[in-house]
Amino acid sequence: MRRLGPRVEQKVAQTTLWVMTLVTVGVLLFIIFFILRRGLPVLSLEFLTTNPADMGKAGGIFSTIVGMAVLTLLAILIAAPLGVGTAIYLTEYTWGGPVTRVIRFGAECLAGIPSIIFGLFGFILFVTKLKFGWSILSGGLTLAFMLLPTIIRTSEEAIKSVPPAYRTVSFSLGSTKWQTVTRVVLPSALPGIATGIVLSVGRSIGETAATIFTAGSALRMPTSIFSSTRTMSVHFYILAREGISMPNAYGTAAILIIAILGINILTYYLMNRFIRKYS
Amino acid sequence: MKGRGKTRLERNDRLVRLALLVVAFSAVSVLVVITVFIIEQGTPVMFKYGLKSFLAGKDWYPSEKAFGLLPMIIGSLYVTAGALVIGVPFGLACAVVLTEFSSKRVRRVIKPVIELLAGIPSVVYGFIGVIILVPFIRETFGGPGLSVLAASIILGIMILPTVISISVDSLQAVPPSYREGSIALGATRWQTVKMVLFPAARSGIVASIILGMGRAIGETMATIMIAGNAAEIPGSILKPVRTLTSNIALEMSYATGEHREALFATGVILFIIIMVLNTIANATSAKRRRQP
Amino acid sequence: MSDVAIRVEGFSQSFGAVRKLKSLDLDVHRNEILGIIGPARSGKSTFLCALNRLNDLVRGSRVEGTITVDGQDIYAPDVDVVALRRKLGMVFATPVPLPRSIYENIAFGARMAGVRSRTKLDSLVRDSLEKGGLWEEVKDRLGTSGLKLSGGQQQRLCLARILAVTPEFILLDEPTSGLDPISTMKIEESLRKLKKDYTIILVTNNTKQAARVADRTAFFLGGELVEVGPTAQIFTAPSDKRTDDYLRGRFG
Repeated sequence: MRRLGPRVEQKVAQTTLWVMTLVTVGVLLFIIFFILRRGLPVLSLEFLTTNPADMGKAGGIFSTIVGMAVLTLLAILIAAPLGVGTAIYLTEYTWGGPVTRVIRFGAECLAGIPSIIFGLFGFILFVTKLKFGWSILSGGLTLAFMLLPTIIRTSEEAIKSVPPAYRTVSFSLGSTKWQTVTRVVLPSALPGIATGIVLSVGRSIGETAATIFTAGSALRMPTSIFSSTRTMSVHFYILAREGISMPNAYGTAAILIIAILGINILTYYLMNRFIRKYS
Repeated sequence: MKGRGKTRLERNDRLVRLALLVVAFSAVSVLVVITVFIIEQGTPVMFKYGLKSFLAGKDWYPSEKAFGLLPMIIGSLYVTAGALVIGVPFGLACAVVLTEFSSKRVRRVIKPVIELLAGIPSVVYGFIGVIILVPFIRETFGGPGLSVLAASIILGIMILPTVISISVDSLQAVPPSYREGSIALGATRWQTVKMVLFPAARSGIVASIILGMGRAIGETMATIMIAGNAAEIPGSILKPVRTLTSNIALEMSYATGEHREALFATGVILFIIIMVLNTIANATSAKRRRQP
Repeated sequence: MSDVAIRVEGFSQSFGAVRKLKSLDLDVHRNEILGIIGPARSGKSTFLCALNRLNDLVRGSRVEGTITVDGQDIYAPDVDVVALRRKLGMVFATPVPLPRSIYENIAFGARMAGVRSRTKLDSLVRDSLEKGGLWEEVKDRLGTSGLKLSGGQQQRLCLARILAVTPEFILLDEPTSGLDPISTMKIEESLRKLKKDYTIILVTNNTKQAARVADRTAFFLGGELVEVGPTAQIFTAPSDKRTDDYLRGRFG
């Protein structure tokens, strides 16, 4: 093979890499535009506030929005205190001993488990064994465990970035450990922690495999924590797979993408506030 | 300075510490509970029919009590390998471009776009696959379109953000002195990347690939929609395929009795594979952290 | 003879296997400014942090000997460490304003001690800022962030902050090492005024500062107290050759 001179090799490599990058970016943008182009026309205030009718062929997606919101809310209410508390413990109350390693190993393993296994587990434990049935309760608990590792990881990073000098100053002014944590460390770490929680919300919005086996797929508006419900992504999946209504499917997908976009923007805003605090 | 206050405060602090310890163990206990449950539900049927017939059996006919997972194991393997073939080169290319070949302004545009990629729900990817990719494959290459190829491409796209963000982190962690030293010796930027940066960031890049692999293996919704779900060993990349994850998701809703337990067993196999991958990924990133 | 506020007897401090302070014997007189000088790594800061037990926060910290403050052994098992740290306020080398307003920075310690009344906090803030020599400069902008002040102002903020928790002792660890001469002068001026009501221990890398401000001066070397005495005497006729060598700049 003829050896290319280094200059030529550089040019070839650079061009190839750029092409590949642009292809990647292009594919993504294409996906977004494709969905939005076909989905946005379907969206209307009516679509968003009416319940689905006729298996989803008609009507809107209101009950699925509510279902998704309630599910996510329940999951965050459980996962956020547990996750932030764990992060506080790992950063403030231990120093790399065996206990820390075990907890961290647990959290990282949890992070790698695919959602279908969570769905399976939730189905076995909550739906069947504990007899909660397909319900918001089962779904919320399962989702909470899925979000836990993310919240732990981002909260830990946020807490670690609080300058150690703040803690020293707080102690030297006469404070207990808990006062230092709640009055100095947590307030400063709050934007970072909030970012982690917002990211988790984004993740649970798109989550299908875990919710469909725990919260079920009832189309009606949920009435209690034991009602089965359908999230937007589950609704989208069913519409698309069963071919019930393409326009509605596109509409639901468009909302999903807009929601994710909104969450990403919110995350950026929070992260910027976090960075600005320490410059 | 003797104080009753002191003991109360100290006792409070100690209580808080204990409470937080309990909370912190929640993550571990959840993991333990999940493991216990899945194993408890899935292993009895595995041993009843024999581990070998489970893992090596080629026939999956639940109604006839045939529970051979081999087609699904191979299916997952093929699809994951395909995803890596597509996702890793493009992912590394993006990572290198982002860290080495682009200005700050360009980076500020591309990075959020990639992060957006990560947030798109898997069902939307599956949908795009079904609407656009599958017909395209069917018309261009023949076959049903629902195939290993389709799944590999879509999964490859899905693992891009994972590969990119971790590789970017690893490349950025390489000390600037490495780059400067290389350029000072007269190397071009590409040569620097190829001969200095990649080896230096190697363990991080490997970790990103392993994590991408984990994501691909665990993906369910997208594969259900585009892989075809035929429970047979695919003869070519144009043939349909079923993965371990799809196996569980597809039949879960109507499976009963031993069939259901067989699905749990599929979960066990999947779980073990993921755990092994996770441990390897952790080991390589631990090595990376220990590197200077 | 002035009364002894702090008595250090045979005090040693180690962190793990490393011994940073070796059997110190030192008295601190009430309402004096005691200067502590010595080269880097001689244990000056460690000593300061031993007085308010801030060293307890470091893993593997162990002490021997006693430190008695106002007649109480501060390492006795039932000592209220939180109250101790309020009694001996510390100003650090790098000014560390908390990311909040000037008002809240000063009020921080008081709030933790349980002071809630707004009027009480108002007068506490004003009082402390006046004593710290910062009131005139910031009285119209108490709500602005403490991070927006200049370096010298931030350090005076830190001084006012500890005054707000009504200490009896003020410990300063190289407080002016990063500041311009005018800010340095302002802080030294404040210390002279504060001496009336507080006992002050000033660790400094700058021997001339000790000469300007301290009533007595102690010379630390390698974790040991070499000698201590009236500042004038230490600087003109030190009894130990090592002190003489350090002051003349033969090492350091």
